[in-house]
Amino acid sequence: MKHKVATTVNGRRHEHEVEARLLLVHYLRDVVGLTGTHVGCDTSQCGACTILVDGNAVKSCTMFAVQAEGKSLTTIEGMAKDGELHPLQQAFWDEHGLQCGYCTPGFIMAASYLLSQNPNPTEDEIRKGLEGNLCRCTGYVNIIKSVQSAAKAMNGSKAKAGEHSAAARRS
Amino acid sequence: MIPAAFEYAKASSVEEAVKLLGKYGEDAKVLAGGHSLIPLMRLRLAQPKALVDINGIKELDHIKEDGSKLRIGALTRHVTLQNSNVVKDKLPLLAEVAGEVGDNQVRNMGTIGGVVAHADAAGDYPTIALMLDAEIVTNRRTIAAKDFFTDIFTTPLEADEIVTEVVFPVANGPHKYIKFRRRLFDWAIVGAAAQKMNGGWRIGLTNVGSTPVRAKAVEEALQKGAKPEEAAQQASEGLNPSGDLRASPEYKKHLARVLTKRAIEQAG
Repeated sequence: MKHKVATTVNGRRHEHEVEARLLLVHYLRDVVGLTGTHVGCDTSQCGACTILVDGNAVKSCTMFAVQAEGKSLTTIEGMAKDGELHPLQQAFWDEHGLQCGYCTPGFIMAASYLLSQNPNPTEDEIRKGLEGNLCRCTGYVNIIKSVQSAAKAMNGSKAKAGEHSAAARRS
Repeated sequence: MIPAAFEYAKASSVEEAVKLLGKYGEDAKVLAGGHSLIPLMRLRLAQPKALVDINGIKELDHIKEDGSKLRIGALTRHVTLQNSNVVKDKLPLLAEVAGEVGDNQVRNMGTIGGVVAHADAAGDYPTIALMLDAEIVTNRRTIAAKDFFTDIFTTPLEADEIVTEVVFPVANGPHKYIKFRRRLFDWAIVGAAAQKMNGGWRIGLTNVGSTPVRAKAVEEALQKGAKPEEAAQQASEGLNPSGDLRASPEYKKHLARVLTKRAIEQAG
């Protein structure tokens, strides 16, 4: 028996009929056609398949597509806006936060959740916040740097936006 | 890895979930956070014929203060417990334990009711529930934690019975949970919990047998005035842990003693 699943993925509505046993990660990759979300360990450990479900980081290999009914999903493909990389993507590039790149989409999504909860994390908080993601290349040092650099950039642009609106209020 | 096919039904109330479980019978499973069940299904170690999804049952997601008790709805997720001001205030040990379950992604999905009903000997909440004399409430009855965890993955729950609440006593004295593991998101190789309560200590151990363990011998030694390091020697008394990939039975007993001592000493 198939079930209807209607979701919003990166702002676009999708509606499909799926088998109950279809995992969310396979739904995204094979049905919606967004292959940026990777399957790594397939045992809920490595975090390569991390996406946001209603803003919360979730391992999409450990959720059925039918459970996403009515939810808003964000994948790595939804991060860049108007041809500009998201600050996290830019920071992973600038700080060399990746080598083979397989784990990177998961790290960026987990880091984006972390920064949404804690915009100014310490190194320890970044390490704890990314405990659910494994990288077998980098040794994590540059990943931490990337998240720190993205946090700075994102806080900077927020501060700038704040200045602008303060200036607008004054004038 | 693809799970075996199953029927799926979403319940919007406890009554509806119970009715669905009754309809599907023994081979149905409740889907809450799914972070133990779905991995087992992918490996086909579990092949339920039907899943009853309870994630839409709002009434099961609550944290209520009730005099000297704290009533936690079964669908309360780890992240909610970890950040709840009520839990931090009334039973800070539970908030700290919640923050040590899995990783952020797991804590966003996993639920306290799921952990309790799954009854994995390596689960953290069962230890806390047992040592604090918590009660497990179902759609049908209330079961004392000491009667609930009967064996590994085994509880008295009937096929059409679901956990609705876990009720803890309020305890906000000195406390500590030490979860010994190789990687942050791992299960405990061994865990030890200490909670000062009503003038005495409660001591619990995780993953040193087929069920959680309350180390009553340690509690009694402390009551008689033994120092933490002396009392903690009793922690391995009567334990018969099985060895696994990470630790031999002897090593687990050693950890039980060492971690119990540290938990008592570090309780703050």
